[in-house]
Amino acid sequence: MTSESQKACIVGIGQTEFSKNSGRSEQQLAAEAILAACQDAGVSPHDIDGMTTFAIDNSDEIDVMRSLGCRDINYTTRLPQGGAASVATLVHAKNAVESGMCDYFVIWRAMNERSQYRFGQPKIDLSPDAHSSTFMEWCFPFGAQTPAAWEAMSCGYYMNKYGITSEDLGQISVIFRKAAATNPNAFFYEKPITLQDHQESRWIVEPWFRLLDCCQESDGGCAILITTKERAKDLKQMPVTLIGAEYSMLFNHEIISDFYEGDLLNNDLALRATEKLINACGMAPKDTNIAMIYDNFTPQVLRQLEGFGYCGLGEAKDYVADGHLDLDGKTPLSPNGGLIGEAYIHGINNITEGVRQMRGTAANQIKDAQTAFIGSGVAGAIIGRG
Amino acid sequence: MSEKPKRPMRPDPIPRIDSQFFWDACKRGELVVQKCEPCDKLWHPPRALCPMCHSSEKTEEKLSGKGTVLSWCRQIRPASFLFAESPWVILVELDEGVRLLSNLEGEEAPEFGMRVKVDFAETSGGKAVPVFRSEA
Repeated sequence: MTSESQKACIVGIGQTEFSKNSGRSEQQLAAEAILAACQDAGVSPHDIDGMTTFAIDNSDEIDVMRSLGCRDINYTTRLPQGGAASVATLVHAKNAVESGMCDYFVIWRAMNERSQYRFGQPKIDLSPDAHSSTFMEWCFPFGAQTPAAWEAMSCGYYMNKYGITSEDLGQISVIFRKAAATNPNAFFYEKPITLQDHQESRWIVEPWFRLLDCCQESDGGCAILITTKERAKDLKQMPVTLIGAEYSMLFNHEIISDFYEGDLLNNDLALRATEKLINACGMAPKDTNIAMIYDNFTPQVLRQLEGFGYCGLGEAKDYVADGHLDLDGKTPLSPNGGLIGEAYIHGINNITEGVRQMRGTAANQIKDAQTAFIGSGVAGAIIGRG
Repeated sequence: MSEKPKRPMRPDPIPRIDSQFFWDACKRGELVVQKCEPCDKLWHPPRALCPMCHSSEKTEEKLSGKGTVLSWCRQIRPASFLFAESPWVILVELDEGVRLLSNLEGEEAPEFGMRVKVDFAETSGGKAVPVFRSEA
């Protein structure tokens, strides 16, 4: 049992601007975001002693240390599964500081995925052995070559079964863009959309995803600093407690080409992560005040609402239509505008928004929010004020 | 003067040690998947060991080539790279129980539950990949 003083807290968040052309290296974006998180907390980057990022992040740990002057690292790791595991970074952070292995643990993700390369386009130079999934080897030769196409293959069956229409998806996009419109940090600040805009946007993957069902390709970086509650007392910000953070990888499930296992309806990975989360901290995602749900593509929001236990199988469409995800609803959805509206920093910008909401400093502040859930496909975390 | 026959526009399979048998079989006009010799289980995509009994005694099982369409789509933007035109992509559940991503060829558009049968398509480098046609 972790003592109260040893509990993991988020004490710093940092980010660069979110753009389509940062004009500087990914390594610089990473370093700037980490520095900003340290300055936010009042911690010297020299004292960082643990770090994690995504397996596919192009910045190297040694390079991060070289730029920030981190003296002595006790623990580093990298996570597979891309954005689906963005919240799993918190699992590592929590374990690292609560076990005493690390004092100041940093999470980062930084990329020029719009200006330097195109994250949403076919990558012909990607090795079939890369990234622990089979999408190159078993999808590319058949013309399913983008994240949108892989996601569509696993969502089409679900959408057909529950009669989910393009208009149903459009409602989700409208919610994200409405929030982004009043968030000055969002790429789509002051640019809300109507359902008609969504319906008139071009097909990306027929007949499932239109342009406005897809997240953006963004340049930018985000970082998060975690330490114990005891150390947090001496720092600048009100600590945000990591009440629970859990992760689930299941046999034969893949990252995004995830259609070889299961019934293609139940969201097995999110269901299991939720079960672990409830066991670990006694709270469920739906018991929290805010729902930060990973939105690479709009149907993924529906499937996660069901997987993370906000509603039953096939009920997510109605859960959205009933207004629960609106900013004044029961469980407001990503008040930063999510990855669709704010930026696609691969899910890490949903964690930073969760922290701002707990501090009471968000652009679209949810009144009296005490707790927030942050979910990303295979991982979920609950954070709380103080 | 005879002209060299034009190769179709379709990407080659990506060679990899653990799955070479699959693409070699396609070239022979056979649809096979990995079979674990001791426990008889079929696995696709192929893997290093049988995940159930951990035997490395892998053989290949020739399938009926018949199956059902579980899901489908067509990649519009960007269009499918190295294709003349974006193909219909289908997820097929073969009658033997394994799932495979492939293409639907022919005049018909895919439908959920459509019964399909395997055929083989030549790639631009002279290899072959499995594709499917409506069984009706």
